Amino acid sequence: MSGALAQFGQYVTDHHHWDGPRGIPHRTVEHLRLSVTAMVAAAAVALPLGAWLGHVRRGGVVVQWLVNIGRAVPSLAILAILFPLSLRYGFGLGFWPTVPALVVLAIPPMFANAYAGVRGVDPATVEAARGMGLRPAQVLSRVEVPTALPLILTGVRVATLQVIATATLSAYVGFNGLGSFINEGFRQQDDAKLLTGAVAVATVALTVDALFVLLVRRATPWRMASARPSRKGTT
Amino acid sequence: MNADSFIWWDWVDRHLGEIRTATYEHLRLTVIAVGLGFVLSLALALLSLRWRAARAIVTGLAGLLYTIPSLALFAVLVTITGFSTLTAEIGLVGYTLLILVRNIIEGIEGVPAAVREAAEGMGLNPLRRLVAVDLRLATPAIVAGLRIATVTTVGLVTVTGLIGMGGYGSFIDEGLKRSFSTEIVVGAGLSVVMAMALDSVLVGIQRVLTPWQRSSRHRTNLGYELPKPIA
Amino acid sequence: MVPALRLVAVSKRFPGARTDAVADLSLDMPEGTVTALVGPSGCGKTTTLRMINRLVEPTSGSIDLFGTDIRQLDVHELRRRTGYVIQQAGLFPHRTVAANIATVPQLLGWDKQRVRERVDQLVGLVGLDPELLGRYPAELSGGQQQRVGVARALAADPPLLLMDEPYSAVDPIVRAHLQDELLDLQRRVRKTIVLVTHDIDEALKLADQIAVLNIGGVLEQFATPDELLRAPASPFVEQFLGRERALRRLALQPVGTGPIGPVPEVVEGLPTVTTGAPLREALDAIVAWGVEQVVVVGDDGSPVGGLDLLTITERIGNAPSRRDTA
Repeated sequence: MSGALAQFGQYVTDHHHWDGPRGIPHRTVEHLRLSVTAMVAAAAVALPLGAWLGHVRRGGVVVQWLVNIGRAVPSLAILAILFPLSLRYGFGLGFWPTVPALVVLAIPPMFANAYAGVRGVDPATVEAARGMGLRPAQVLSRVEVPTALPLILTGVRVATLQVIATATLSAYVGFNGLGSFINEGFRQQDDAKLLTGAVAVATVALTVDALFVLLVRRATPWRMASARPSRKGTT
Repeated sequence: MNADSFIWWDWVDRHLGEIRTATYEHLRLTVIAVGLGFVLSLALALLSLRWRAARAIVTGLAGLLYTIPSLALFAVLVTITGFSTLTAEIGLVGYTLLILVRNIIEGIEGVPAAVREAAEGMGLNPLRRLVAVDLRLATPAIVAGLRIATVTTVGLVTVTGLIGMGGYGSFIDEGLKRSFSTEIVVGAGLSVVMAMALDSVLVGIQRVLTPWQRSSRHRTNLGYELPKPIA
Repeated sequence: MVPALRLVAVSKRFPGARTDAVADLSLDMPEGTVTALVGPSGCGKTTTLRMINRLVEPTSGSIDLFGTDIRQLDVHELRRRTGYVIQQAGLFPHRTVAANIATVPQLLGWDKQRVRERVDQLVGLVGLDPELLGRYPAELSGGQQQRVGVARALAADPPLLLMDEPYSAVDPIVRAHLQDELLDLQRRVRKTIVLVTHDIDEALKLADQIAVLNIGGVLEQFATPDELLRAPASPFVEQFLGRERALRRLALQPVGTGPIGPVPEVVEGLPTVTTGAPLREALDAIVAWGVEQVVVVGDDGSPVGGLDLLTITERIGNAPSRRDTA
């Protein structure tokens, strides 16, 4: 293994591997472009729908069903099924067959958390909001969604991590992202290349995760409040 | 028969034997992974509940493991342990840990303090309390974790197939290489069916184990486990 | 005069229920008074309250606010003009104390300066430390949260304040304190307040009139606290009020609000009570000191009269009075 590590060190320090369309930076950008596209599409579907169902306090069974199905479908299966269809209908290799697979992967955690987050808002808070004359849309946008934000963002965070890790599979249908290092490394029995891909994806995932933690802290300052019990008289 | 046809049923007909073998391999890899993962997770969860430091280390490492792409992990493992069941299982068990450890910990921590005190007050020794009270009441959370772990593992086994370890993934791999959609559809479809079937079995097991939850009208939880933050 | 709030034959039956939650309830609540709705769980007191701000719509009957049927008002306008305080305070966890209080003024489109001034004013009114304004609800004690809830309800200066079990989630000492604060607040702002409580002592202490409701929203009695204690209309009301009704009536009546005797000839060695103290305090002094009577003193401490046991008894009018026997 130490041999592989040394090779890995050589591989990533070779400037040839940092240039051009097969270089680490280009493939990282491509990987992110794919992940972001899928996340935006999935969020556009999952978050409004989940929040709305949570607001009307209905559809728990539907949510559960959708989440289960979404989890049960392996991303690779969707990817594999879409690949021939994409070729046949002219969407080409790589990017487009992968996006739907990642969207299906990203929807369940965001959908479930948006639903559960909004639905789980303290009924007293909602009651107070309604009693003060907030319209239903205002109750949702000014009270329920902000209160549910920690859970909603957690869902987005989990989905993002899964999408970044799974976007690797796109290499199998010809996408030139970080997965390509893994795919090529495996086929060419080039351990250094393979490790480069694995480390790069994990690094991207952990970096994005760290950014998320910061974002969540910024977006929900009031959550830190409950972690400061010293100021409270009684609980 | 049109050459462009999406699925060739006569191919399916001719390969029933292989499909049966793949089903067996897929199921075997899944069951071993979830079984081992559960035993390991139970131990790690109990350890974590006992020592705070252990908890940070266990959930931290499991979370880190979770961010490594499955394809990469399996590919790297192959370079160390070769093409074997062991290689597949190391990766598969690893991925179940985060989900299972977290659910077991949360399940046990979710046991109302009053119930635990009552059990203590009745003189149950720690082991009896763990088995008869804590684990019993944590069953819904634990089964919820097992469901996610199982469904996820079925999906991951298709990935191990890509690197030549059998199961439905080998159909997908071959189909992709030969651009033959029938094999892809069979591999993908069957893995979905297996995931749903195993999920239903676990739901059934939960029903049997937690009769007190059957009056769903009064159930306060949402009936499913929410995805939890990583680390 | 038109009452601030008038309920006319209001009934509510929830869909699928076999019995009424509220049955044929008619109440008049004069402007500037506190009306308590009391009764056991399931008596429809909260439902009644929620019908007033239309969180629940009556099945039949009508509710008039200052002479206008509330169904003619826009429901959101109605609620913005009605303060609403609930048990758990229901503060928005993601907004600071100041932002919580400012909710309705912001909805009404007040400018920032006016909102800020109003928030500062309210903080003083409900006895909240201004330092808390920048904090989040999770950082406050239960009593502080409840004060913020009251401030938030009063923010747009609504003529009507609805309170649903406002103090049942705080401990007895804080509760007593908050109740005193409410009385003090009410002396200054004179709102029409409808208070739902299961605590009869809270109702007796805070309300000008009390509606006692039985299971199914049936009105058993609607009377002033004193009248309720003096003449319970039914065995249910009697049981709900509990024991020691005479003593509790004494606690409600200040010494100075009724007839007192002449200043005793010898005041040395006798206990004193002020005209503002409840009669119960006079009785307590008589029993504790083992004397015939107490000296009533004015605010400046000078004797203005005396009270003996017989006068006290007469004042609550339960025992046969001296005039009757004479």
